[in-house]
Amino acid sequence: MSKARSRVIAGGAGQAAEAARLTAFPRETTTLGIFARLLEDERVLGSLLLLPTVVLLGLFIAYPFVKGVWLSLTSATVGNPGEFVWFGNYVKIWNDSIFQRAAANTFVYTGVATVGKLALGMWLALLLNRHFRGKRLVRASMLLPFIVPTVLSTFAWKWMFDPTFSVLNWSLYHLGFIQTRIGWLTDPTMALGSVILVNIWRGMPFYAITLLAGLQTVNPELHEAAAIDGATGWQRFWRITWPLLLPVTMVVTLFSIIQTFADFQLVYVLTGGGPANATHLFATYAYQIGINTGLLGEGAAVSLAMFPMLFLIVVIQLWYIRRVEGA
Amino acid sequence: MAQVMMKDLNKKYDEVHAVKDVNLHIRDKEFVVLVGPSGCGKSTTLRMVAGLEEITAGEITIGDRIVNDLPPKDRDIAMVFQNYALYPHMTVYDNMAFGLKMRKFPKPEIAKRVGDAAEILGIQELLKRKPRQLSGGQRQRVAVGRAIVRHPQVFLFDEPLSNLDAKLRVQMRVELKRLHDRLETTAIYVTHDQVEAMTLGDRVVVMKDGWIQQVGEPLELYGKPANRFVAGFIGSPSMNFVDVTVADASGALWVETAGLRVKVPPALSGRLGAYKSQHVTLGIRPEDLRVASGSDSADYSFDTVVEVVEPLGSEILLDLKAGPNVIVARVEPTVRVKHGDKMRLALHPERVRFFDNKTELAI
Repeated sequence: MSKARSRVIAGGAGQAAEAARLTAFPRETTTLGIFARLLEDERVLGSLLLLPTVVLLGLFIAYPFVKGVWLSLTSATVGNPGEFVWFGNYVKIWNDSIFQRAAANTFVYTGVATVGKLALGMWLALLLNRHFRGKRLVRASMLLPFIVPTVLSTFAWKWMFDPTFSVLNWSLYHLGFIQTRIGWLTDPTMALGSVILVNIWRGMPFYAITLLAGLQTVNPELHEAAAIDGATGWQRFWRITWPLLLPVTMVVTLFSIIQTFADFQLVYVLTGGGPANATHLFATYAYQIGINTGLLGEGAAVSLAMFPMLFLIVVIQLWYIRRVEGA
Repeated sequence: MAQVMMKDLNKKYDEVHAVKDVNLHIRDKEFVVLVGPSGCGKSTTLRMVAGLEEITAGEITIGDRIVNDLPPKDRDIAMVFQNYALYPHMTVYDNMAFGLKMRKFPKPEIAKRVGDAAEILGIQELLKRKPRQLSGGQRQRVAVGRAIVRHPQVFLFDEPLSNLDAKLRVQMRVELKRLHDRLETTAIYVTHDQVEAMTLGDRVVVMKDGWIQQVGEPLELYGKPANRFVAGFIGSPSMNFVDVTVADASGALWVETAGLRVKVPPALSGRLGAYKSQHVTLGIRPEDLRVASGSDSADYSFDTVVEVVEPLGSEILLDLKAGPNVIVARVEPTVRVKHGDKMRLALHPERVRFFDNKTELAI
């Protein structure tokens, strides 16, 4: 560098002029030159690189969202744009007993399923974190419920829950546990439980794999140190593993709550919201009102009723992630 | 305070026989260092004492209890790990108090003990910090503090200084020694560093391939190594080994090889007599060689050529060649030589060792 510079000085005016001509080249006022110069500006380049994402998000997320909000404020039905009714749809669904049922169901569904998935997923992760023969095979096969397309696996469950051909009933009957068939999906009190069971089965691997990844970052020496310090297995879990795994657990749980809260596929395939609307969630009820019945405005309102809760969870999630990163 | 006994101790993994027939009696208040190259079984032995590894065969006694089937928490031991193993989510105070809390000590007692330990180690002002806010040396102190608050019967150290930089390592070594003098608790210390072993240990146990090679006080290992491995492992730079033939000439025993011929010192000639015209290994430490002067007997000196000169300030290490044999000598810093110079070296007759080529045992 310094050598080159000294040579320029030593070379005198002729070489200096040559150097100036070379550096001046990009400033020539061709169209290409202007474009190239604009790209040199970080603000321009940055905006340009962001553009595809902004367009995609705007087209597929922001526009439908705003459109949904607008729809929920109108009396639009299929084939009829309707008129602006302010919060009429919201007032209507607030007093709708099926909506109330769906809201309650969604909270029960999310609450029970999340606790179930977390507890079982954690248990599974702890088991799989031990050394045993065929560990990798078991770990891989555990992912199966996660890999099979939800609709397909849910149809399999629907068959297993079938009142007449249910393999569950058959087994329980032949083992002598039951005398009459259980209406897994036809009995209003059983149905929600059955749906939750399938959700736990389907969501548990995600918890287990993520928690397992978290567990593997916990230094095993800590457990040895705690064992020497006198902690029992249970104390080691609560005092060492759990606090160290908490950031991972929080993120997984919050993600899972969002997924579960807005779940649609399982209920749609298994019960369609029945029997007698006993298993409707926000999403399935919104579909029923908006698409099946054609009341677009009211359907949009049902669907947007999820928004405050989801918003709250996202806020908690962002706050927590920021706190952990800041700590 | 307690003694530790290991009787016919063995550890087998699926394919590896990591510890073989270890018999060791560690006396009350003694500081014993297990030393050896990696994979020699020293850490496994320590972990068996801690209860972190199952014992395949044999017996471990701490105090007067056989502890084979006791879980770690009931063995009344404390361990300092190589990576410190501090609980990252707890403060220094909680790290040190954890073992006492688990044992349901009353709060004031915990506070007192943690305070005392912190004072001994000079970490009072760190008690509210988290481990990640500490330097390596401070973490090391906290790890030691966590061990001493419990007043255990035995301290176990698993390469506790190997993650520290060289200067800090020397400093912590001195502190550990002082701490042991003060607390007088039986300690078992594992390291691969022979300097640590020699400086810390009341007695040193040299291990290799799962076997104990020799047990002894540091100077005993240095002066009277039981076999060629111990001779080479203890001491830095390590002992010179030369393959020689035992010969009988003019009524005395000599050992000779190309470029080197020395008389067998009278004290050893009896035992070496059985090796007449056989190969043995001659061992001589670099510090037991010196530049020959006129007064040195020709029987104990030989000619060399200087290959490499390493001036260390307090001394000079010379890499020399005696015929085809490479020899390292540690000489006075005043010696002025350079590559290619011829030099006559004299050896210290009483310090020469001989080893059987087959068994590698000292003759």
